[in-house]
Amino acid sequence: MPNAQELQDLVTQVRRDILRMVHKVNSGHPGGSLGCTEFFVALYNEIMELKDGFDMDGKDEDLFFLSNGHISPVFYSVLARRGYFPVEELNTFRLINSRLQGHPTTHEGLPGVRIASGSLGQGMSVAIGAALAKKLNGDNHLIYSLHGDGELQEGQNWEAIMYAAGNKVDNYIATIDLNGQQIDGSTDDVLPLGNVAEKFRVFGWDVLEIENGNDLKQVIEGLNEAKSRTGKGKPVCIIMTTMMGNGVDFMMHTHAWHGKAPNDEQLETALAQNPETVGDY
Amino acid sequence: MTKYTDQGKNDTRSGFGAGMTELGRTNPNVVALCADLVGSLKIQTFIDENPERFFQIGIAEANMMGIAAGLTIGGKIPFTGTFANFSTGRVYDQIRQSIAYSDKNVKICASHAGITLGEDGATHQILEDIGLMKMLPGMTVINPCDFNQTKAATLAIAEHDGPVYLRFGRPKVANFTPADQKFEIGKALMLNEGTDVTIIATGHLVWQSLLAAENLENQGISAEVINIHTIKPLDDKAILDSVKKTGCVVTAEEHNFLGGLGESVSRVLATHYPTPQEFVATQDTFGESGTPEQLMDKYGLNNKAIEAAVLKVLKRK
Repeated sequence: MPNAQELQDLVTQVRRDILRMVHKVNSGHPGGSLGCTEFFVALYNEIMELKDGFDMDGKDEDLFFLSNGHISPVFYSVLARRGYFPVEELNTFRLINSRLQGHPTTHEGLPGVRIASGSLGQGMSVAIGAALAKKLNGDNHLIYSLHGDGELQEGQNWEAIMYAAGNKVDNYIATIDLNGQQIDGSTDDVLPLGNVAEKFRVFGWDVLEIENGNDLKQVIEGLNEAKSRTGKGKPVCIIMTTMMGNGVDFMMHTHAWHGKAPNDEQLETALAQNPETVGDY
Repeated sequence: MTKYTDQGKNDTRSGFGAGMTELGRTNPNVVALCADLVGSLKIQTFIDENPERFFQIGIAEANMMGIAAGLTIGGKIPFTGTFANFSTGRVYDQIRQSIAYSDKNVKICASHAGITLGEDGATHQILEDIGLMKMLPGMTVINPCDFNQTKAATLAIAEHDGPVYLRFGRPKVANFTPADQKFEIGKALMLNEGTDVTIIATGHLVWQSLLAAENLENQGISAEVINIHTIKPLDDKAILDSVKKTGCVVTAEEHNFLGGLGESVSRVLATHYPTPQEFVATQDTFGESGTPEQLMDKYGLNNKAIEAAVLKVLKRK
């Protein structure tokens, strides 16, 4: 298992990957990807129990489902750097004939991806189904998922939230990326979410919070705490506050970089703030 | 001409239920999900015998489709059950992304299809579901004709790896196919050979087509009757072999004439062997309340309508 410095180096390298991928094709979603980098690096390199190789059924290992598929750059980078496919393949992001579609899919056979996402609000239902399959199979491994906060505006989430609590799906940890931003502005301006943690609680979930989801140590502690609360009759929810665009000063404190790529000059500035660590692809 | 016998009227949804009972006993990977319509889907025996393999989702069809997709990740074969309207249009995006595009092995089983659900009216009927499902890449679309064939289809789709839409209905209709039949996905069934016209039917209109063919024979018209239980993949060869002999076609289905079996047949004919065709189907309309018999009569979905369509198409040969 990597040490703290190695993980932090990986975080920086993943940020570089995200910026370079999005810049190359002048499209994609850097803001949310940068905001969730610590979460993905921690999950795939510190928290989840993973088998070698990849099979769709994922028996006898932990599984992760990305519901807000537009943050595919961070997902692809972390999967590649975890060894699911060659890191060089990040060069093909969003290009014709690539396995790295704009939003993740199983359709092109990319190892590490078990469901398509992009049309929002469906990931929690899928994760619950996978958790139920684990129970049927007598497999004690866990299901993880990530959801954007704006995505909670989709009603299907609340069907799933009700189901998971009502049916004691307690081998499941859902994380909400609470960055307060969506395409058209702040979530408060577009459609206020209210107190998300309290909403999960009154629906019957065990809820914990990560105050700074861009602090690697806090993220790891929060995920480990969530793990310790599984198997107790309730699904577990992590409310993780992050900064969209984290690690690039001009991308922070705004929703402007939700779905916009940096130009050449902006890329250089952003990369200078995140110097190469384990090697560019 | 073969004379088919009605072995006793029964509902196709009960054929589905009987198939599920058998699958529950024979295939440990089969799981069932339902959105608060267990009684309507006739799956109580499956639930009684396999309570751990049944998931009551509640009135939350979108969640049901997602959970079904997730259950396949782990090797399960989920069968979802609700009305056809709520199995398709209500959850089209969930089926598109999480099931079809993701190539998940989910069986979408839909009862109360068409207008013969009857008195509940248009909100609970659907005449567009075949079109919605057949347009999805990778989706198999099956619409069996009677109780026995629905049971056989239910067993067969469990063996097929990939997403399937299985469509059946509420009213009791003639049960005339063999109880021990083997169901082959994508393979049309020749029920009666003829020389003057081809009647291509699906669902319970297959029986109506047989009745129409008998009446036509009395008028000296030889009708070939083909049962298309699988609308996608369509058995192009069976259709072309028949029309090359007869030179004209009537298609019959309990569905809108836009997007259904008839249009699929038209595509085959236009591409390979342009042929006069008449459509027995609803004419781009919603349904309404009424008994199944009244609705079939009003919307022209019975043997009389098929006969009339045959007489019309013969003049265009």
